[in-house]
Amino acid sequence: MKKHILDLKVTENSRLHKNYVLLKFTTIDGSPLPLMEPGQFAEVRVDGSPSTFLRRPISINYIDKTKNELWLLIQLVGDGTRKLSTVTPGETVNMVLPLGNTFTIPEEKTTRMLLIGGGVGTAPMLYLGSILKQQGYNPSFLLGARSAADILQLNEFKTLGEVFLTTEDGSLGEKGYVTQHSVLMKSKFDKIYTCGPKPMMVAVAQYANAHDIDCEVSLENTMACGIGACLCCVENTKDGHVCVCKEGPVFNTNKLLWQI
Amino acid sequence: MADLNIKIGSLALKNPVMTASGTFGYGLEFADFIDLSQLGAIIVKGTTLHHREGNPYPRMAETPSGMLNAVGLQNKGVDYFIQEIYPKIKDIDTHMIVNVSGSTIDDYVATAEKIAALEKIPAIELNISCPNVKEGGMAFGTSCKSAGSVVKAVRKVYPKTLIVKLSPNVTNIAEIAQSVEAEGADSVSLINTLLGMAVDIERRKPVLSTITGGLSGACVKPIALRMVWQVAKAVKIPVIGLGGIMSASDAIEFLLVGATAVQIGTANFIDPQISVKVIKGIDNYLIQHGYNSVQDIIGII
Repeated sequence: MKKHILDLKVTENSRLHKNYVLLKFTTIDGSPLPLMEPGQFAEVRVDGSPSTFLRRPISINYIDKTKNELWLLIQLVGDGTRKLSTVTPGETVNMVLPLGNTFTIPEEKTTRMLLIGGGVGTAPMLYLGSILKQQGYNPSFLLGARSAADILQLNEFKTLGEVFLTTEDGSLGEKGYVTQHSVLMKSKFDKIYTCGPKPMMVAVAQYANAHDIDCEVSLENTMACGIGACLCCVENTKDGHVCVCKEGPVFNTNKLLWQI
Repeated sequence: MADLNIKIGSLALKNPVMTASGTFGYGLEFADFIDLSQLGAIIVKGTTLHHREGNPYPRMAETPSGMLNAVGLQNKGVDYFIQEIYPKIKDIDTHMIVNVSGSTIDDYVATAEKIAALEKIPAIELNISCPNVKEGGMAFGTSCKSAGSVVKAVRKVYPKTLIVKLSPNVTNIAEIAQSVEAEGADSVSLINTLLGMAVDIERRKPVLSTITGGLSGACVKPIALRMVWQVAKAVKIPVIGLGGIMSASDAIEFLLVGATAVQIGTANFIDPQISVKVIKGIDNYLIQHGYNSVQDIIGII
């Protein structure tokens, strides 16, 4: 897929929670957004933040085709994402996109799919879920967070399929971590997609491995260029060190050297 | 348009802007963003005799106005380069220059000899300044004797344009430049990255797996500029300046202090189109200030 560098115009900035904003963007001239697929990401330039030197890789949260909008879900982690969270409608933000590979989608429409997201790792699951539903699949979602307030975009997920929830404090859904949810004991799945904190993804990969379920994870290694030039974001795989930005961010867990 | 042509040894470049090794892949990674044929030259990723996996992750830390890297010369080796990559890049309409690194003098010589046989590679950049490998690399570039001996050995087997990339992690970079000039280098490029470190105070550990790494980006420019100025005064061969160039005005500073050409490095990560913007910016500067040729501003300080 051709990569683009372009300025996109902010159409909406909504604070979902004290640590998260949802930014929506469209093209300046009304032309269609470049094609982007689930799992891919954008390298976002942060202007006006002196301590932010590099772009910030942000996964594609959703593409609203009817409104020609790109959604990015931003977790406020450091100065860069904090500055980015202050953009207002009408401002432009420079991005390089779409970057990285995509989740793979099995042909069989009856494939029982579970999309597991933890924290801001739920972001790419919304776009993936929407594409799956649109293509006639019936995805389920398992979302986990610290507390009820940290479960993001729940209404959007509910339009796409059945949603299971866990919170660490028990304020919403089952109490505990995603891998402790009862749906994993009760139901059988053929395919799992996951994104979230590394310990969560490792636990999901262990579950998938133990139950012989095909599993894809989206990694978030620290990166600089985003296009496979600097070789900084490598993951050690069965094929040696490969760039998460180019060969990933999505990996089948059978390619990784995780202890699962 | 002003005359942007320059020469590095016998190599004629359409303009003085190159992309730095390790920041531009094999050029192809940037083909969606720019017309590669506009560049003066592309210096491809550091190549060694044998396959190298590089250092463990994490290899990168963002720092104020810059970044540290500890990639450690990850590459698939010179034979892979010749078989798999060379056919894909040989017809790009600019000079494709290979950065050559090694752990021993014999490694450098063997790699340079293999690259010499490639018709469409008119030059090599000998990397005696990588700070991220345990053996060789920077060790060769930090004494006049070892720098001179590796250049002498490679010069015997490499007849085309030989550029030597110098380390800033030395007391007197001009002396190192003079010793590689004396052994037959056609040009020197400087600076490679500065040895640095970053600490994660929450984990109470270094950020990089290797503890130390190479610092690059805007923060290193004043040091790079000073070193280029010193070296340009000390040698007769052309000097290629790099280190923290983020804009055309940065590049012009390097030309004014004596660089015949410049390399854009870390800036490629932030703006994949920066290299062609710098070419255009140099041209505009020359026209605005009434210079016909870029040669007229090189080394006037």
